[in-house]
Amino acid sequence: MANIMVRKTAVGAYSFYLPKRDLEDAIVSLEFDSADKWGGEIRLNNGGAYYIEPQAPPARFPISLRARRLDAAE
Amino acid sequence: MSELTREETEALIQEVLEVYPEKARKDRAKHLAVNDQSVEQSKKCITSNRKSLPGVMTVRGCAYAGSKGVVWGPIKDMIHVSHGPVGCGQYSRAGRRNYYVGTTGVDSFGTMNFTSDFQEKDIVFGGDKKLAKLLGEIELLFPLHKGISVQSECPIGLIGDDIEAVSKKAGKEMNKPIVPVRCEGFRGVSQSLGHHIANDSIRDWVLDKRDGQAFEATPYDVSIIGDYNIGGDAWASRILIEEMGLRVVSQWSGDGTLAEIEKTPKVKLNLLHCYRSMNYISRHMEEKYGIPWLEYNFFGPTKIAESLRAIAAHFDDHIKEGAERVIARYQPMMEAVIAKYKPRLQGKTVMLYVGGLRPRHVIGAYEDLGMQVIGTGYEFAHNDDYDRTIKEMGNATLLYDDATGFELEEFIKRMKPDLVGSGIKEKYVFQKMGIPLRQMHSWDYSGPYHGYDGFAIFARDMDMAIANPCWSKQTPPWKKQPEASAAVEEGELKKVA
Repeated sequence: MANIMVRKTAVGAYSFYLPKRDLEDAIVSLEFDSADKWGGEIRLNNGGAYYIEPQAPPARFPISLRARRLDAAE
Repeated sequence: MSELTREETEALIQEVLEVYPEKARKDRAKHLAVNDQSVEQSKKCITSNRKSLPGVMTVRGCAYAGSKGVVWGPIKDMIHVSHGPVGCGQYSRAGRRNYYVGTTGVDSFGTMNFTSDFQEKDIVFGGDKKLAKLLGEIELLFPLHKGISVQSECPIGLIGDDIEAVSKKAGKEMNKPIVPVRCEGFRGVSQSLGHHIANDSIRDWVLDKRDGQAFEATPYDVSIIGDYNIGGDAWASRILIEEMGLRVVSQWSGDGTLAEIEKTPKVKLNLLHCYRSMNYISRHMEEKYGIPWLEYNFFGPTKIAESLRAIAAHFDDHIKEGAERVIARYQPMMEAVIAKYKPRLQGKTVMLYVGGLRPRHVIGAYEDLGMQVIGTGYEFAHNDDYDRTIKEMGNATLLYDDATGFELEEFIKRMKPDLVGSGIKEKYVFQKMGIPLRQMHSWDYSGPYHGYDGFAIFARDMDMAIANPCWSKQTPPWKKQPEASAAVEEGELKKVA
């Protein structure tokens, strides 16, 4: 499990940040992104994939979350 | 020589790599790249933030350097104790030229060295008692200090001292914040981890101290983050931001105080200059306090104007007008500077090898002077820095990460830039090779270089380095062509007469 931070960029896209590795990347896909369910599998621009426990959409961004690494790019 | 093609640059990298043993060659090859603006992600072309190879000459620093030297050190009204052997603190004392206002030794302590001066017995029996005693002595001798940070040097981590417990106890007794910082030099691959550790310790021990307290806010409160006031940089930046109508609540950490740092969570926007060393705390404040942050670049009039407009875009029309007013006011002055120096510097080439933000931020300033940056590299960058650099650099220029002494020398011998921007360790090597060098860590004891006022000094300094008459005297008289030497001697005689 890794601590990650999800933030919204100026254009409204999701951005992923892994403090431990100073890895900042765009999120290209988010499994669930609706009003009642948010999270699931996220895919990064660099090819990596993480899994966030599906939950209610966060009230505000950025938010720190626990995520499981499915497939790291490196 | 400039304008190498992509193939030539690639061939140059291969040639330079040839001397290494195979394993080292494979490793170093990943850190050298030819810039390609079409690449979206830097990791596809360059690897960074990896352990330096044993045996090569790297110019990186350590985690202690990143924490004590960069982030904590400039906070002027706190005392930063170099906890451990005396050398780390003494040899780095006052080297970074973080200017500040105050009376040193009374209410400001920036250029002083406080150390616990570890001896053999402290290593054997532990240094906690010594630390407790030292903190008491500081309180007695320097009662006007606002707080203490304990900056660990390598042995503290190795012998397992509990500096947190000592700090907590002493902090309660004197009712001032005492911050233990676990920035032992062996941590991480470079000073970069020291920045991160220092940011985390500010987050944990300082930042939330005034949460819930009353604060007379205005809608125009900002903070300057990641400006270390080298040669007065932060002052040159601050006047521009104030002139456009914003109120600078805090300045990190050049000429900064503890109170300013505690008040930072009250601002509306964090202005981040050095992304590498302070992005961590900006991200934290964005999450916890909802304060957006913005990277800006105050090197050279083009970038300053861009940055002022980007900052103003976060505020109302009053500030936007202010930004335009500032730009208009300084424009003629900058045009005069450019008119004076551009004809002298036009077409000259530069290679940079520094750290933090400068390898990409100063490119604009050189371009304003008509100069061209043909190679750049960071000592301790991460991928996100290179992501930002690729767009700034021209195509087919050279990128080098954590360059070794050998690589840098070879690149510069082959590419023959008119100017090198690097540090003191490189300065005399290259000057003896006949290539002018400006120290871009400490602005070669000049500065400021930030802001409009700084650009005038920057332009003068670059011209001064390149146009120095000593560069035409590189060939000794006995190796000169007879007629050339006669002409020189004649000139010399005339001067004497």
